[in-house]
Amino acid sequence: MDPDSLGYIFINACLINNFVLSMFLGICPFLGVSAKIETATRMGLAVIFVMLVSSMCAYGINALLIKLNVEFLRLICYIAVIASAVQLVEMFIKRFSPALFRALGIFLPLITTNCAILGLALFQTQKQYNFLQCLAYALGAGVGFTIALTIMAGLREQLDLADVPDAVKGAALTLIVAGILSLAFMGFAGLGG
Amino acid sequence: MANAHAPSNMDEFLKGLWDENPVFVMLLGMCPTLAVSNTVMNALSMGLAATFVLVMSCILVSLLRNFIPKQVRIATYIVIIATFVTVVEYVIPAVSLAVYNNLGAFIALIVVNCIILGRAEAFASKNGVAKSALDALGMGLGFTFALLCLGVVREALGFNTLFRDTPWQFTVFSPRFEPWAVMILPPGGFITLGAWLLFFNWIKKRTKRTTSDEVTAHGS
Repeated sequence: MDPDSLGYIFINACLINNFVLSMFLGICPFLGVSAKIETATRMGLAVIFVMLVSSMCAYGINALLIKLNVEFLRLICYIAVIASAVQLVEMFIKRFSPALFRALGIFLPLITTNCAILGLALFQTQKQYNFLQCLAYALGAGVGFTIALTIMAGLREQLDLADVPDAVKGAALTLIVAGILSLAFMGFAGLGG
Repeated sequence: MANAHAPSNMDEFLKGLWDENPVFVMLLGMCPTLAVSNTVMNALSMGLAATFVLVMSCILVSLLRNFIPKQVRIATYIVIIATFVTVVEYVIPAVSLAVYNNLGAFIALIVVNCIILGRAEAFASKNGVAKSALDALGMGLGFTFALLCLGVVREALGFNTLFRDTPWQFTVFSPRFEPWAVMILPPGGFITLGAWLLFFNWIKKRTKRTTSDEVTAHGS
């Protein structure tokens, strides 16, 4: 497959180089909100949404910065844009869909400190994607994040019922399970061809 | 362990190393911990870079703590942190291009490292400069220590070396040892950190059991 095609970019961000399991971005929400499937999918939806918005913003900002020849401000601009994008998205959802707003709850503001979002903005700049490719990349990354989070939540719901030694309980067990999950995702490596 | 006296400066420094270690106890800053701990050198450079940003940001936040309006404090902290990260991002390639290439995007991602924002918000915004700097230094070194714990295990098992690609490189096991490739790949990061957490939990449980046998007077 052509590495610049939209389909490849999507699959690559979603499965082959999954943001959570093979690039270690967004581990905090991955460990924090993966206790229940329901919250995990909601968090995933919120992340997809914010990723799309901030990816578009980052594309515009980058073009502007290059034009003004002040690339060293990139990091500060990106983080400011992401923080305001999250705020904007929050107000927008609150205004037009209060039900969705209540469903997302605290997760929406927490996304600001999700390194997957800033990582996405930095990577798409580094790879010099055009606008459509950026969107495909953002969508793939968001969907990949949601998949990883949901699978983990499903596993953890089952693990709650398991009888494990005291010392393993909590983060240690989650991380070891995540390691095995990550091992499974390595199987996608050949998918790009 | 429980301190009756007010915490001295030394305690502020030491708590980050063990009692409140940001990675092993508070589970913060997981992303860089997992991503750049595949060799000892990467772990060390990442740890020191984050420590520098942490100390400088906390000093500045502490200096400005009376001037920053409460409503916009988080945004201000993030801009302060992003400034120092930009400095680091330009200094590291000037010092060593190899380190820069190994760490990649994770240098820029120090901005969203929750340890730094956490210390700025929870400690530096309420305490004096000297205390904040010591607290930040302790937390930074605690973070570096955690990264090194992972780096040593992953590099030794994954490459059979320590301090790879530096003049101090040496082989750990016999040359016939077959390196476990999985340890330097992403799954190795998760599993090694899980194993360390398991180990520390186990130690904590043991010490708690022995001390609770001795002290029966008042429960906490």
